[in-house]
Amino acid sequence: MSDADAPHGATPPAEKTPEHGAPDEGNAPTPDDASAVAEKVDEIPMGGVPEPGPTGEAQRADDSNLLTELPDHAEHRDLHGGHATTTGLSNNKMGMWLFLGSECLLFGGLISTYMLYRGRQADGPGPDQIYDIPFTSVSSFVLLMSSLTMVLAVSSATRNDERNTKLWLTITALLGATFVGGQVYEFTAFYREGMGFTTSLFSSSFFTLTGFHGAHVTIGIIMLMALVGMISRQRVVGDKAEVVELVGLYWHFVDIVWIVIFTLVYLIPA
Amino acid sequence: MTTDTSHDHHPAETSAAREAEHHGATDAQYILIAVILALITAGEVTLTYIDVGPIFLPALLIMMAAKFITVVSFFMHLKFDHRVFSVLFYMGLFLAVGVYCGALLTFHFFAG
Repeated sequence: MSDADAPHGATPPAEKTPEHGAPDEGNAPTPDDASAVAEKVDEIPMGGVPEPGPTGEAQRADDSNLLTELPDHAEHRDLHGGHATTTGLSNNKMGMWLFLGSECLLFGGLISTYMLYRGRQADGPGPDQIYDIPFTSVSSFVLLMSSLTMVLAVSSATRNDERNTKLWLTITALLGATFVGGQVYEFTAFYREGMGFTTSLFSSSFFTLTGFHGAHVTIGIIMLMALVGMISRQRVVGDKAEVVELVGLYWHFVDIVWIVIFTLVYLIPA
Repeated sequence: MTTDTSHDHHPAETSAAREAEHHGATDAQYILIAVILALITAGEVTLTYIDVGPIFLPALLIMMAAKFITVVSFFMHLKFDHRVFSVLFYMGLFLAVGVYCGALLTFHFFAG
């Protein structure tokens, strides 16, 4: 029997849940049966009645087991953006974490290549001769503090404090720009000291690794400034806090990559 | 947005509950964590200027790992978030570490 044949209002609206559909469509009464069913509704428990009996309770228990605790995540979904997903988690956030996991492989390859080639400078300058540890330490500190301002931006966004969100995002972008500026200065200084991109295997692997990281920071700055602009113009689609958090995840990832690069490339001598 | 509207109604109550649910740390705690990270970085740099003998490399690697885990756990909220996110990230990380350590082994990187 189709839904069109069933009398309107025979089933209470509360029973028409989108996840389950009409629980017992096949048992829906015909117009002729409707009055008889209404008379015996207290005696004959069946799907769709307002107060299900023991059979209905058992069925609901089975359903909840099959649906993997989705109702428990209902509030959690709202906190993450209000989108119902099969996992109860934000797909955007899951995608971002998957992306960051794959980025580990990218930077792992670049770091490994550098580790292999860091002693292969031939006649060119080597790591001990050109690295300026105090300068790079200040750059590292700046990037580390940008992670703090980023997390404060996320915190403000969670509180729906738009003004402070934009402020912290802008400060984060400025700190990131300071770091990139420092990297450009460092690259220029290295070039003037005779270490170009093709000077040696060491220089090629060094510029490729740190250059890729610098490109990631630059992309992060663009994302931050774009986000500030979008928040100002109310152009953020979905949950604002989640969007800020996603950009924040990317930014923190850039920071943790630098934590590794700073130690393995700059502090550990070849 | 629905979420924004709910905040308009009960901003203090909702934001506090939401922050606790979402982050598990306050702004003051974040600042404290950043100070700790800065101190560890200062310790790393100091190690390069003093002679600590054979513990130099392990100490540097331990401090690097401590900073890495602190940022991932607290700033990236992995400690407070769903386990699936940790699995996704650490899966990539450990895969990378395993693959590239294997690659470096083939080049006898750790021999010398």
